[in-house]
Amino acid sequence: MTKLARRIIGAIPVLLGISFLVFLLLHLAPGDPVLLLLGDDATPAEVARVRHQWGLDQPLMVQYWQFISRAFLGDFGMSLKFGEPVTKLVLERLPATVELALVSLTVAILIAIPIGIYSAIHRDSLLDHAGTGAALIGVSLPNFWLGIMLIYFLGGQLNLLPVAGRIEYGIEIKPITKLYLLDSLLTGNFEAFWSVLKHLLMPAVTLGTALAGIVTRITRSSILEVMRQDYVMTARAKGLSERVVIWRHILRNALITVITILGLQLGALLSGSVITETVFSYPGIGDLLIQSISVRDYRLTQVLILFFGASYFIVNLLVDIVYTFVDPRIKL
Amino acid sequence: MLRLRHFKILFGGFILVVLVVCGVAAPLLAPFDPQEQRLEARLQAPSWIGGNATSNWLGTDNLGRDILSRIVYGSRISLLVGATTVLLAGLIGCSLGAIAGYFGKGADEIVGKITEIFLAFPFLLLAIALMAFLGQGLINIILALMMSRWVQYCRVVRGEVLSLKERDFVTAAKALGGKDFYILVRHVVPNTLASVTVVATFAMAVVIISEASLSFLGLGVPASIPTWGSMLSEGRSYMNRAPWLTIFPGLAIFITVFGINLLGDGLRDVLDPKLRRQV
Repeated sequence: MTKLARRIIGAIPVLLGISFLVFLLLHLAPGDPVLLLLGDDATPAEVARVRHQWGLDQPLMVQYWQFISRAFLGDFGMSLKFGEPVTKLVLERLPATVELALVSLTVAILIAIPIGIYSAIHRDSLLDHAGTGAALIGVSLPNFWLGIMLIYFLGGQLNLLPVAGRIEYGIEIKPITKLYLLDSLLTGNFEAFWSVLKHLLMPAVTLGTALAGIVTRITRSSILEVMRQDYVMTARAKGLSERVVIWRHILRNALITVITILGLQLGALLSGSVITETVFSYPGIGDLLIQSISVRDYRLTQVLILFFGASYFIVNLLVDIVYTFVDPRIKL
Repeated sequence: MLRLRHFKILFGGFILVVLVVCGVAAPLLAPFDPQEQRLEARLQAPSWIGGNATSNWLGTDNLGRDILSRIVYGSRISLLVGATTVLLAGLIGCSLGAIAGYFGKGADEIVGKITEIFLAFPFLLLAIALMAFLGQGLINIILALMMSRWVQYCRVVRGEVLSLKERDFVTAAKALGGKDFYILVRHVVPNTLASVTVVATFAMAVVIISEASLSFLGLGVPASIPTWGSMLSEGRSYMNRAPWLTIFPGLAIFITVFGINLLGDGLRDVLDPKLRRQV
């Protein structure tokens, strides 16, 4: 437990480092962010007013202190372009991204783990080569191109699936968790459920394909590694059936690695969501990030990046901690 | 018999060579000037899919520019950004990794904390963030990708150096009076090159996809320079009328990245099978 505490305390400087790096980004920007925002025809008085309003006329460390002490209380200021509190904007859109990430993760797991297991157990078979080839293709496909192609073929040519948004216009969902799939199920609104699912399918495949490729490769190689271990040979020598050897001795051990990798791949999902949400005009925080960048709302951009970085770091920390419970041999 | 890994290296290497040749000899290979606009020949489909663009093998875009020529010229940016980033990130990552691994203690601690901060950002997201604040530009994109990519090298090299420095040849070099820096550069670092080559190959694939992603998002090089990502982004608006605008640049990215990944796979199997779990 002391190690756990140490690990959590050790996370604090890293989180502070992340916040400082993100804070510095604003000052890295070439030119004056205030001028960029107000345009060239702003009067010096206006510029000075906004600069004062943002606290940009204060020394750097004072600005950082103000930024971090307010952030600690959940106050990230107002978005200048949207005219709303940044926290509200982020929280409004967060459930959409979480839902997309979870569905993509599910798609990736459902595709990748069976292929990975089959490939490893039937190593060097024709289907193994097909599986590993497909995984390499998955890793190499640029997700924005895949998204556009899906929109063109499935959305445009075949007219099978909706190409943008989260739910059909006019269908209402009573918000409980704000995860539409879950809410529509909880309220028994199957029309909405079907609509949300249809809207999620193409973005989820777009986002999940690369992840599926990575997970297939990791699953296959970690099973192959476990298969070489002495205890597997012992299990076989004891005369256990192949089924028991595979399920109880090989998969259990190999999948621990896969679970960790899944945790680490959350980063890829978050970055991928930025692109996927842009391609599908999906109203999540990735789409918000690109919007905020394009209208040069530096404050919102800064907070969103901080949010992405911090949540990725915290999830990784949680994965590490959970991992020690799953496999007691691992030390933090 | 030709082993699978040799096939991977040959095929992947071939694709990489094609990319290099396209990039270097673009003015000789491209049938048209990539910037030449012919408004009378806008959005023409290639003749082999039933269009009337006979001399434009892959059709023309919304300004009548030749798609094939733009793809050939676009390979320059992919290649330039890919190679420069991989080299610079490698230089920084390997140096810091070697120092951290060899000297340990304080150096390792500091480098460890810095890597942890950089690793806290998903790679592409860090690049997006940097580009958002640095602004468009070739140097900026290389800088942004380099700053987000050096960490991988650092971790692999640090790990390798940690085990290499305990080996007998290092002890022998020390016993003969070799200075730390000399031993590190002359004896330790050269032994990490196999792993570094593998990491660099995979990094190149990731960097090329990332450059295309950033250009697609409008955060890459300025729009006046043809890149695969920006071609895709421009072509999106004409997707229903002229799908070839998005299909071909995307295929170019996919084939390139697939080839480099294949090469990386093959090299890893030959040079350093234990990296299998890491890259």
